[in-house]
Amino acid sequence: MMISFDGVSRRFGTTAAVVDFSCEFASGKTHVLLGSSGCGKTTLLRMVLGLIDPDTGDVTVDGRKMQVSSRHELNDQMGYVVQEGGLFPHLSVRQNVTLGAEARGWTVERITERVNVLRNLVGFDDDMMDRFPVELSGGQRQRVSLMRALMTDPPILLLDEPLGSLDPMVRDDLQRQLKRIFQALGKTVLFVTHDIREAAFLGETITLMTDGQLVQHGAFSELAQNPASEFVTRFLRAQDMPANWKRYF
Amino acid sequence: MRRRSRNVSLAALALGWLVCNVASAQETIRVGSKSFTENFILGEIIAQVAEQVGEAPVDRNMGLGATAIAFEALKAGEIDIYPEYTGTISFTILNDGNVTGVDAIREQLAGSGVTISDSIGFSNTSALAVTTAVAEQLDLRTISDLKRHSELTGAFGPGYLDRPDGWPGLQQAYGVTLADMRIIEHSLKYDAISQGEIDLIDVYTTDAKLQRFDLRILDDDLGFFADYQAVMFVREDFADRFPRTWQALREALVGGIDNARMSGMNAAVDLDGDSTPAVAAGFTGASSGATGDIRIWRDIAQHTVDHLYLVLVAVGLAVVAGIPLGVMAARLKTIGRAALVSVEVVQTIPSLALLVFMIPIFGIGQSPALVALFLYALLPIVRNTYIGIVGIDPQLIEMSRLLGLDRMQTLRRIELPLASMTIMAGVKTSAVITVGTATLAAFIGGGGYGTLIVRGLALNDNELILAGALPAAIMAMAFHAAFEMLDRVVVPRGLRISLGQAG
Repeated sequence: MMISFDGVSRRFGTTAAVVDFSCEFASGKTHVLLGSSGCGKTTLLRMVLGLIDPDTGDVTVDGRKMQVSSRHELNDQMGYVVQEGGLFPHLSVRQNVTLGAEARGWTVERITERVNVLRNLVGFDDDMMDRFPVELSGGQRQRVSLMRALMTDPPILLLDEPLGSLDPMVRDDLQRQLKRIFQALGKTVLFVTHDIREAAFLGETITLMTDGQLVQHGAFSELAQNPASEFVTRFLRAQDMPANWKRYF
Repeated sequence: MRRRSRNVSLAALALGWLVCNVASAQETIRVGSKSFTENFILGEIIAQVAEQVGEAPVDRNMGLGATAIAFEALKAGEIDIYPEYTGTISFTILNDGNVTGVDAIREQLAGSGVTISDSIGFSNTSALAVTTAVAEQLDLRTISDLKRHSELTGAFGPGYLDRPDGWPGLQQAYGVTLADMRIIEHSLKYDAISQGEIDLIDVYTTDAKLQRFDLRILDDDLGFFADYQAVMFVREDFADRFPRTWQALREALVGGIDNARMSGMNAAVDLDGDSTPAVAAGFTGASSGATGDIRIWRDIAQHTVDHLYLVLVAVGLAVVAGIPLGVMAARLKTIGRAALVSVEVVQTIPSLALLVFMIPIFGIGQSPALVALFLYALLPIVRNTYIGIVGIDPQLIEMSRLLGLDRMQTLRRIELPLASMTIMAGVKTSAVITVGTATLAAFIGGGGYGTLIVRGLALNDNELILAGALPAAIMAMAFHAAFEMLDRVVVPRGLRISLGQAG
């Protein structure tokens, strides 16, 4: 399912969050929205979810216009994962994961079957399913959040800094796992991060943004080899630095 | 399923309450009294005489909290008869100080549905009293002498500072002012003045304690105080409905009690600790029934049932109405806030005033008490539901809606469970407060532990007051404990674990 932005702008008070943003995200691929915090990438994600409307321009999903007023028509097509997981603290892992399917009136058999598939996908033991979110580690919580987003098998997966609060080793593991899952499922993935290496590792396309504007859209190699502006080079290099710190001494 | 059966049992409870009220409407002689010793005794005498005649069963509604409550009850037909005073009728009920004397009042009341008997034979006139020591020290003999001593502290019964036949009129007639004026329960006045906390109190001329506490009545040198002849305040149709009883009451009571006798009966109750029924029986010759400890324990059991009923029904209804109101307050900005504010306004009405408002609509007894208690029980529940729901992380609500849950599903599966701990805290507060407030129900004949407290206050009997106050305190603690346990059922385990209350 293709997601496209056409001349989209959005202000919050006096702040321009997104300015004349146009871009197309092809079906079945993993796209990374990259930029420092406050660059407008989360706003774009929330527009796709129909949580906010653009002031001008259109957001279309599979050719249909996404608006807050008609959100429910398209929400079935999307799974959503946020930083920290956004899990319901009063529900067990299993209840969190199955909530959406229950609301849609799935049978118990269908739910059980699907939960087993997802458990295997993210590598979660059955005895973990009756724990509560507070009893899980950060990485486990994100895997539950991913299961929940995938429960009803939506063609689009939206992730907003899902690994942002995890420590480096867990983050590294989950990045590998996510890449494997994205490739296996073939969904249209829109992945928001500010981490250049995460973007390079996961993204089939990378959309670099600053101050609400699109800077460059393309594969990581394109950004690295043919930077559209000085900003692209600076952004890539700034985060590149720690790995090559010895060069500077 | 569990929730549904709970709703059904509440509905059954409400229905049972209605049925009880309808059933109690059979023809009985309903005798009332206000909540001070003399009125208790006179009320009891009326009740005993009526029982001796045996024309109809007698239903006692003693200890009604104020003139307004007793009169509203009489006017509404909730009681048939209670002892009143001509002066009170002139000033407080007719609002006309020129209508004095039994005949003039009776003429004025004609056609209003209520009337009065001839004088019972004594006059319980208002007066001001100081301790003999203070009187001698300051050379106080008359009310006019007070003009020289505005530094004195006065304490007066509820309503006295507002009644035209009370302080405002007195101030106008004599031009006296006091620096410090307080309101005090009738039965506490004498202790307060004897301990020197206050210098001046309002008294009635038949009060038993005048002698015991060595007080001096200040001479009403300008003749301000109206005559307060004791009469039977009665519904106009009483003589037709209960002709033999009315005949017997007039024979026994009209001109039957003089000041000395009344003062003596007051003293027997107030100072010697005799029970009201026993003292009344001394006058009527009736056997006063079971007395002493057995009666107290039986009373406490009955009052416990009544009290529990008041609290459970009032809080039950408040939960049923309050949680939706709280949700509404959280959801609908204007209407919701308006609902929240009105519930808060209700809370600011003094409880006794709220009870008085209820009488014209619901009469006296359990119904108005339940309505008033329900209104008081609402606020903590509505407010906590509101706070609980507004305080939920908006991201969770957003997530719920994105997962495909509609508004009702989100409310049921996400919002109410997440707010459950706050809501339960509100219900707990409400229940504990209601246990306390329900003691006021006795002032309008609503039953419960307050009946013992009111009677204890009227009889100056600390044990009786404790017999009402202690069980009320215990019940409040029991409710608290019960709700702590209920928390474990209602509040989801995951939430309790998150908040460090694993179990």
